[in-house]
Amino acid sequence: MEHHISDNRASLGQLFTTFCKIGAFTFGGGWAMISIIEREVVTRRGWIDRQDFLDLLAIAQSLPGILAVNIAATLGDNLRGRRGSVAAALGTILPSFVIILAIAMFLTPDMINGNPTLSAIFKGIRPVVVALIIAPVISAARAAKLNRFTWAIPVVVALAIWSGLPVVSSPILWIALGGAMGILVFAKAMKNQAQK
Amino acid sequence: MIFLRLILSYLIIGLFGFGGGYAMLSLIQNQIVTPGWISDKMFTDIVAISQMTPGPIGINSATYIGYVAPQANGFPSPLWGVLGSVVCTLVVVVPSFVLVTYTSRIIRRHHESAVIKGMFAGLRPVVVGLIASAALLLMNADNFGSDAYQLTWSITLCVAGFCAVYFTKIHPIWIILAAGLAGFVIF
Repeated sequence: MEHHISDNRASLGQLFTTFCKIGAFTFGGGWAMISIIEREVVTRRGWIDRQDFLDLLAIAQSLPGILAVNIAATLGDNLRGRRGSVAAALGTILPSFVIILAIAMFLTPDMINGNPTLSAIFKGIRPVVVALIIAPVISAARAAKLNRFTWAIPVVVALAIWSGLPVVSSPILWIALGGAMGILVFAKAMKNQAQK
Repeated sequence: MIFLRLILSYLIIGLFGFGGGYAMLSLIQNQIVTPGWISDKMFTDIVAISQMTPGPIGINSATYIGYVAPQANGFPSPLWGVLGSVVCTLVVVVPSFVLVTYTSRIIRRHHESAVIKGMFAGLRPVVVGLIASAALLLMNADNFGSDAYQLTWSITLCVAGFCAVYFTKIHPIWIILAAGLAGFVIF
């Protein structure tokens, strides 16, 4: 597959500043970032056409790690090679790094617990953070289209990790197992289909 | 030593972090909270702060944990904190870099293949379990309180927060700010 590289060639500096801007103004992580990145690099800058962008997105999603960084790195790699990938990814992480470091320096755990007002505020916030994590469980479950057999997988995984027992409470074990089982089942299904 | 442990942990988080930020929380718990580098309370606060600041949660947590973990484990100077911050934030993206450079051409050729499709079909239900485990692990006395008064209000806030996130389009930032205000009034 031949990939067309746009004439509007991105410089390393432009890659860095564009992704810096994206990193500084997007709340809510990777999924929220995709449409903003697309607008910036496809529509505004014309660095890459939409189809190529979607191909790169598919690659970025297939890799582990932080989605926004993966998108920046694949795009940078595609436009300017390895240095481009470093420039775009550093741009993406710099704003959150600076902001969080500043917060960590001034809002220390001792300060939260020692100050009655802050302590009260965080007592209100903590249960709601749990709610913010429960909501994506349901949307991810719906997106996964669980059937009457596969619904047991997330239940077993969640309880095993929650149990804190040795070995089975490791998320890594379940990620590796899920990926491996998926490959086996899917490859078998494809083979059966080919035989028909 | 704490720095080597942090580097190893964040390499693992970067390498196995499939399924987005919320699924990654479960790995961070397993690698950082369970060994006791930071408390459950601190971890929840980091998630709250990540939701209120721009940028991916994986980066935000690496920066914050990198700063507080050395200080909580025998390296009291803030300079060690800054070093930890830089190290964790860079290390968590190293696996991405290596994989982008060396595997993106292979994936481009094969991303319609049975192997990659199958892997993701298998990972999808696991990711649901990972996110659920992160929520389950945080439903504890650290976050909900142990006396009846705090527990009652915590459960009420959690249910109200869930309804606000799930049934409305209110941005999480506003929900967290409202929860902070409620906490200020109630406690």
